[in-house]
Amino acid sequence: MVSMTKLSGYHSSAASNARLKKRHAAEVRLKAYGIIAIALAGLALLALLWSIVGKATGALTEHYITLPVDLEAAEIDPDNIGKANFGGLTKDVLKEQFPMVTNRKSKKLLYDLVSSGAGFELRQDILDDPSLLGKQIEFDFLASDVADLYFKGTFGRLDGVETSGDLTLIADDKEIEVISSAPDFIAALEVVKAGLLDRARVLRRQAKLQDNGVQEFIRRADRAEDNATKEAALAQVATRETQRDGLLAQADELERRAAAEGGNEKIGRKEPSLLLKIGDGWIKMTEVTPNGGRGEEILPIGDITSVPAGGWLYYVADQPEVSRKVSDNQAVWLETLRDKDAVKKTLNWRFFSSGDSREPELAGLWGAIVGSFWTMLVTFSVAFPIGVLTAIYLEEFAPKTRFTDIIEVNINNLAAVPSIIFGLLGLSVFLGFFGMPRSAPLVGGLVLALMTLPTIIISSRAAIRAVPPSIKNAALGLGASKVQASFHHTLPLAMPGILTGTIIGMAQALGETAPLIMIGMVAFIVDIPGGITDSASVLPVQVFRWADFPERAFEARTALSICVLLVFLVLMNALAVFLRKRFERRW
Amino acid sequence: MNMTNAAIAEKGVGALDVKISSKGVDVYYADNHAIKNVSLDVLDHTVTAFIGPSGCGKSTFLRCLNRMNDTIDICRVTGDILLDGDDIYAKSVDPVQLRAKVGIVFQKPNPFPKSIYDNVAYGPKIHGLVADKADLDEVVEKSLRRAAIWNEVKDRLDSPGTGLSGGQQQRLCIARAIATAPQVLLMDEPCSALDPIATAQIEELIDELRSNYSVVIVTHSMQQAARVSQKTAFFHLGEVVEYGDTNTLFTNPEDKRTQDYITGRFG
Amino acid sequence: MLSFAVLMIFASSLVFFIAGRAKAVQSVNGAYATLHSRPSYHGMYSSLWALLVGMLLLLVVSVVWSNLNDRVLMGAVLDAAPDISKIDAELVLSDAKSIAQGNIASKTDALRSTLAQQASAIEGQRLWGSVIISILGALFAGLLTNRQIDRDFRARNRSEKLVTGVLMVCAIIAILTTIGIVLSLIFETLRFFNQIEWQWWKFLFGTTWSPLSGVHDGVLDADKVGAAPLFVGTFMITIIAMIVAVPIGLFAAIYLSDFASPRVRLWAKPMLEILAGIPTVVYGFFAAITVAPYIRGFGESIGLSVASESALAAGVVMGIMIIPFISSLSDDVINAVPQSLRDGSYGLGATKAETIRQVVLPAALPGIVSAILLGVSRAVGETMIVVMAAGQGANLTANPLEAVTTVTVQIVMLITGDTEASTAAGPAFTLGFTLFCVTLGLNVIALKVVRKYREQYD
Repeated sequence: MVSMTKLSGYHSSAASNARLKKRHAAEVRLKAYGIIAIALAGLALLALLWSIVGKATGALTEHYITLPVDLEAAEIDPDNIGKANFGGLTKDVLKEQFPMVTNRKSKKLLYDLVSSGAGFELRQDILDDPSLLGKQIEFDFLASDVADLYFKGTFGRLDGVETSGDLTLIADDKEIEVISSAPDFIAALEVVKAGLLDRARVLRRQAKLQDNGVQEFIRRADRAEDNATKEAALAQVATRETQRDGLLAQADELERRAAAEGGNEKIGRKEPSLLLKIGDGWIKMTEVTPNGGRGEEILPIGDITSVPAGGWLYYVADQPEVSRKVSDNQAVWLETLRDKDAVKKTLNWRFFSSGDSREPELAGLWGAIVGSFWTMLVTFSVAFPIGVLTAIYLEEFAPKTRFTDIIEVNINNLAAVPSIIFGLLGLSVFLGFFGMPRSAPLVGGLVLALMTLPTIIISSRAAIRAVPPSIKNAALGLGASKVQASFHHTLPLAMPGILTGTIIGMAQALGETAPLIMIGMVAFIVDIPGGITDSASVLPVQVFRWADFPERAFEARTALSICVLLVFLVLMNALAVFLRKRFERRW
Repeated sequence: MNMTNAAIAEKGVGALDVKISSKGVDVYYADNHAIKNVSLDVLDHTVTAFIGPSGCGKSTFLRCLNRMNDTIDICRVTGDILLDGDDIYAKSVDPVQLRAKVGIVFQKPNPFPKSIYDNVAYGPKIHGLVADKADLDEVVEKSLRRAAIWNEVKDRLDSPGTGLSGGQQQRLCIARAIATAPQVLLMDEPCSALDPIATAQIEELIDELRSNYSVVIVTHSMQQAARVSQKTAFFHLGEVVEYGDTNTLFTNPEDKRTQDYITGRFG
Repeated sequence: MLSFAVLMIFASSLVFFIAGRAKAVQSVNGAYATLHSRPSYHGMYSSLWALLVGMLLLLVVSVVWSNLNDRVLMGAVLDAAPDISKIDAELVLSDAKSIAQGNIASKTDALRSTLAQQASAIEGQRLWGSVIISILGALFAGLLTNRQIDRDFRARNRSEKLVTGVLMVCAIIAILTTIGIVLSLIFETLRFFNQIEWQWWKFLFGTTWSPLSGVHDGVLDADKVGAAPLFVGTFMITIIAMIVAVPIGLFAAIYLSDFASPRVRLWAKPMLEILAGIPTVVYGFFAAITVAPYIRGFGESIGLSVASESALAAGVVMGIMIIPFISSLSDDVINAVPQSLRDGSYGLGATKAETIRQVVLPAALPGIVSAILLGVSRAVGETMIVVMAAGQGANLTANPLEAVTTVTVQIVMLITGDTEASTAAGPAFTLGFTLFCVTLGLNVIALKVVRKYREQYD
């Protein structure tokens, strides 16, 4: 028997107190889950913005290399400037700077330092001012994407190392032997050895994977039911064991070399480069010992055979040559140019004023911005009137019939149809049936309008419903017709809410990508679109395309495009918030 | 029935203990001074009614008695409210535990969207009142019996509580409050959303509950206060104008305002 | 050209407005009060008719004429080269059109050049023809209505009726959109199933997805259109996304509705809104450039081999995208649980956590379920994140660290690929139709659940 009176005494008991502690702990836990959830969401947002803004800063600046151009010597026909070979002229200018570059491969590397667009810019300058012909001018050549990234430090820096010994140089036909009187090169050797250990670790990990395979096939062999399977498995075991042992042996060897005192290590493309600077000359080391090593000349050092302490420096690159886009030769050339003060860093206005390009350093976003503008113009002029009129109809005029019901359900469901389906609709109806031009803002705008329509209708209906019926009734009471009451009274009062919803819908449309890809807006379009039927790209599609390009420099440009897109979205949403705050009325 | 009522009441004044005692209680909603310096004692095994015009603060004061006002951010309470001599607003008092001792029934029946059984079992379960299912069944049955609804629902304990009629829902809510084994039962206009028949049932129930609990009821109906309570407090503009035996207050009020109110001059 | 026509139609509409107004005033010699409708309504009636008729004619005539032209040109192609295949004929036609517009064609030859000349000639006819017809139509409608104007003409009622009609037509556009979607999807889907001879099970359950490699003379190989790997991939990424989004979104909603101080709410809600407003292409970039390499690196450091386009990366980022969706919908339904239920629970001495877990959440469950269903529908239909961060090869696996592909990725690949549009359209639109049915089904169920729930508390 349970006595209720006895039970009521329980609430003051120790048992109740103990239980209470647990109950409150559960509450604290639930609260903590909530805080963790919010924090995780915040963290995700921060990580996203951080990674994008961090990457975008790289595209805010561009580099120019200022070099003298002798327009007299160049053979340019003043009457036909446009036809002259400015690409060749640019190459000649570069060769003049580094005359020792002779072989084809090196030449190509050298030409890669300057953008392929630089020649066209030089031509444009001369076309604008033909009097430059026959003069000696200093021209700012746009650095190529690789050179630009190098200057921005994307490929790591060259770290100078202090030296204390006197250096002796002994040249043979191909290489130069370098000997320092002090063990200056120990630091470089350590870096190389650290690289060896890294490689050993990778090998061991691969060996471990092979070993897993060995175990797995041994198991399979044990479980095999027929001989053929068993033999196949055992064969696998054997090959994997050989591979594993080979890898382990390599790792052992590397670790032994790394552990040894002194030593003589080769520096290949997989090791961090070691570069020696003597005066204006540079040597790239191919072999290193604690006291020196061997290397090949990149920039001539002349006939020097010995250098006193302090007259030379060496540099260790952060990354091995193989893992960066800029070769040692290019790095040395760029460093030399920088030492000559020939390198200039400017704000990247080009990015905001030019159209798309396959060359990252020439690519700009303006075409996409204009394309977005035309697309949004079409979207707005279609979706806004239709959306608002539909909302008025449904709220004020529609009879309560099955048909109206169907329309309402329809609108709600359209709001949840994936955007890519709207793209397919545009593809088959606007392009296929109506024969509208591909890639045009007209079609993109129409597709986005259909997609945005439900958003606009739903928010407009809410805004219209928020206007008290008393106002409409007052108008009706004065003898206004239903149409007059709606258009003269309800609609103007609902307008702020309608506009707010429309802007939010437009912001969604501005960020939408998938349906536009479906209707071919993903094409490569260099020209700035001049109207709604020209081929165009839009901001989010531009982001999508650039994100796909392999050139490293496009990454920063993609991130910067995202920032531009986000700025537009923030502005639009701010406008919506402003409208809501400024005109919102509580009835 | 009236005879017995009066008998208990008469006996009560002298013999019954004070269950809840309040001294100089003030309540503020932000800047609004809702309750002004209220002091009154609620007796054990007694039905105490709070009456007064709308907005006079009677509900607010009632909700102070089990700290329901804590859930409202802007509400601030000063003064002392003692339950069995202990300050319920003391730091050491957990409102959760307090509310188990001082149950409350609201104006609008608010059964949880669960089965009738689960509605009643909710309190005992969260407080860990009973050890096993058999005890729980017993508590549920007793509570439902005491709330005078057992016979109506015993065959459909698994059907949702929201499916009952208004009066049944309110009795279910009373059963739910009883199941927690409180010592005091607060009722905030428990009949205002009900029809006359349901009201009569609830009133009868309140009268029976007196034998086990101290009951405080807020009502805007003077007839109801006269029918069910032994003590009555008249609230006006946040103050207690008059507090005393129900019979005295209705037949021979001391204050002019009380007289005006019970004779229908305002309210 | 077309914009000229539009301009002309607007201009004539304006002229009719002024003319109608003037005529109405004139018909009563300036005694406005005796007019049935105000003069502006007379003008409006006439101008609305001119505008509507003109615009409608412009649209209809130019579209119909364009289709006729296509037929004429196709006939010309078949006349010139009777044994050409249908696909090649279409190619020739599109080349000829490109040449006619002054664009670059894939190939130039005599046939294409003559066709191009013919195309530009009849295209010119079409433009001029539709412009002239539409302007004439506008003028005709305007004049006709203008003649009706007199003192007793009920211009206001007539034009209001017209306006109501226009409103209804606008409302019907939503239905037309749905019909357009369904028709365009079904048309290609039927064609697709015809090609694989109605072996629909091979599409739904087949495990080899390589539709374009099995094309023979424009006909698909039924054994290579098994979309099961895509369904599994979509399902896996959706599951991962929901594993991320549901707990975070739900706990965030609970915290914001019942625990958070107004100050926390003031910055947490906008934060979630920002998360909701970020375009999906940005999430895709984030997934591909930041999250995927991170997961890969992390996996390698603990000895797991992770594909660089793993389902995990795409799923996690998609989950982040859906968090605000789940949290705002759940927040709504949790707030919709009446305060009286919470009070009832507190009054019995329940803690906040007990109240939420045992009263609020069960009461809000239908709403939360529908929020989750809508989230799933969104994840299934999401395109950009998976296009940028998930794999492209159809790979039937249950390992989230491997690359999988999804329905949307394959649609994008088929449509944007180099293959002839008419061949790729079949599988792409069939996948689209499947996607449409699934999301529509989820949406309908979710709306139903939430409607039931609303009824419970209204």
